[in-house]
Amino acid sequence: MSGKTLYDKLWDAHLVKERADGSCLIYIDRHMLHEVTSPQAFEGLRLAGRKPWRIDANLATVDHNVPTTGRENGVEGIEDPISRTQVQTLDANCNEFGIVEYGMSDQRQGIVHVIGPEQGATLPGMTVVCGDSHTSTHGAFGALAHGIGTSEVEHVLATQCLVQQKSKNMLVQVDGELKPGITGKDVMLAIIGKIGTAGGTGYAIEYAGSAIRSLSMEARMTMCNMSIEAGARAGMVAVDDKTIDYVKDRPMAPKGEMWERAVESWRELKSDDDADFDKVVHLDAADIEPQVSWGTSPEMVTNVGDRVPDPANESDPIKREGMERALKYMGLEPNTPMTGIKLDRIFIGSCTNARIEDLREAASILKGQTIASSLKQAMVVPGSGMVKAQAEREGLDRIFLDAGFEWREPGCSMCLGMNPDQLGEGEHCASTSNRNFEGRQGFGGRTHLVSPAMAAAAAIHGHFVDISDYYDRAG
Amino acid sequence: MKAFTKHTGLVAPLDRSNVDTDMIIPKQFLKSIKRTGFGPNLFDELRYLDEGQPGKDNSQRPLNPDFILNQARYQGASVLLARANFGCGSSREHAPWALEDFGFRAIIAPSFADIFYNNCFKNGLLPLVLKEEEVDELFRAVESVEGYALTVDLENQTVSTPDGKVYHFEVDEFRRHCLLNGLDDIGVTLEDADAISAYEARRKQEAPWLFPAG
Ligand code: SF4
Repeated sequence: MSGKTLYDKLWDAHLVKERADGSCLIYIDRHMLHEVTSPQAFEGLRLAGRKPWRIDANLATVDHNVPTTGRENGVEGIEDPISRTQVQTLDANCNEFGIVEYGMSDQRQGIVHVIGPEQGATLPGMTVVCGDSHTSTHGAFGALAHGIGTSEVEHVLATQCLVQQKSKNMLVQVDGELKPGITGKDVMLAIIGKIGTAGGTGYAIEYAGSAIRSLSMEARMTMCNMSIEAGARAGMVAVDDKTIDYVKDRPMAPKGEMWERAVESWRELKSDDDADFDKVVHLDAADIEPQVSWGTSPEMVTNVGDRVPDPANESDPIKREGMERALKYMGLEPNTPMTGIKLDRIFIGSCTNARIEDLREAASILKGQTIASSLKQAMVVPGSGMVKAQAEREGLDRIFLDAGFEWREPGCSMCLGMNPDQLGEGEHCASTSNRNFEGRQGFGGRTHLVSPAMAAAAAIHGHFVDISDYYDRAG
Repeated sequence: MKAFTKHTGLVAPLDRSNVDTDMIIPKQFLKSIKRTGFGPNLFDELRYLDEGQPGKDNSQRPLNPDFILNQARYQGASVLLARANFGCGSSREHAPWALEDFGFRAIIAPSFADIFYNNCFKNGLLPLVLKEEEVDELFRAVESVEGYALTVDLENQTVSTPDGKVYHFEVDEFRRHCLLNGLDDIGVTLEDADAISAYEARRKQEAPWLFPAG
């Protein structure tokens, strides 16, 4: 018999029961909540007269709706009354059920997928779910983490379990050395470009190989975060020293003797050498160039040195039509050099790229520079209050402000523009977020997904530039 | 939950792949704390020519005449025919809520995104997968015959065309059972409360750091 994959191990450790019809009950260790996908779940509990199964497994915060300016007025400062109601509803629900919530004025508030790892609420070996598709982020810790719908949020609240079908196993193996300036974001966009946005549908992806081992925890989170953009609900990376170092001393991490016991068990969280995967994808790290998306799906991505593709060269008629539609929406002509696209706004933020390392990376490019006068706006939205405070201690806020960036309060912000931070119609934005769907960042807005370093360099020039040249020049 | 057994309805063809949940229901409508009322804003950016907002009177908004659901022949459609990777992107259950509220009961596509697929079953909406060639066939049929309707039978796992052709689809047993009977799956899970408690007791020994509150 072949060995087990990391996913198999996590699955087996959380299997409560396999029922006669083949469906499985899986135990959930950590449930994160935010204001958008939870109100109807709490309402459902009330209507059915049910109580949460295990209060201390839940952790809530507000992120999607919160404004990134004028936070001194707290919840009352949210101008949109519908957004305000949604934020207040989460506060009220958490109060009623006794769930810990990092509210708007708590320094620990931030994007749910940033604060989980930051607080040690996400631990190796856990099952982590949230009513949010980017919950896959937490898989970077050797955890089984995925997004769920609101009915499932209610199900987890009421039973601490989910009814699941086991996914298939996919291994994405990236070996070799990444070129200077190439980040986890570029690796992940390259993977999505290769396997497509449905390439991972039905699979749990494990990212492995020497290039993945060399990445920091932040970069691994960026990659796992975008597993859903490759169609996979869950992405994960095996535990190593980096994982354990990151978790150590986090507020909610185990301490003392319990820590030692936990670490010993976490060391097992890797695929066996003889484990079988249903699908294996190989990438050579040395081939990966800085990535920029040109279309309206994350798979519509290319190297910064390339040109906007020509639909005329696509033989599949459905794909060709999709490309034509995307180019029309994006206002781009085929064969335009990617570096020739004029940008209007720069957004550095989101659960993909708003951690401290991301801000350091962007700041290192922006130090002593100013943004192009052709830009309408460039903004940095830290992923959490803790990231913001850390960045300020390091003086990164000064670098951004001096360069002409706005320095905002934490939240999802322009990643989806549920708050006032939105693109105008027809505007091109270099964004460190994860989705370039039509209208995602604002009605008629045009998103180009990039790494923080690429976004920073693009801000200086008003268009994309090859960050590798930058690193060569910088030495 | 609403049960689904058998349904016959007019088919509307949405001929594009990778339809994401942002497209199905844009973010500004997710501010609602209710489960209902999303139908008028289903496919908002495709359906209307202006930008929709919660509370805006949709009857006064300019419609996009090219969009399928605005065309006279597809009024009253309750079966959506779609392309690959339907429902990709965000986990928002507002997407199936909007489709259901609009009047759709079944969606046929060659593939669905996992989370969306799962969410549909919780809302009496049946997503069903047919082969790429079969979906192609149906697209051709719908476009050429006005008033084209299909019968979807969950009990027998079939889709039948007006000219008597029958396609078979797969669906897992638990989901099928819940949907056929309109079961509340939380209630079903709670029948296993003892198994959940036993698991917790065992896990507290194995991995006590996962239960800091004891
Ligand atoms: S930052 Fe963007 S992708 Fe991440 S949770 Fe917020 S809205 Fe979703």
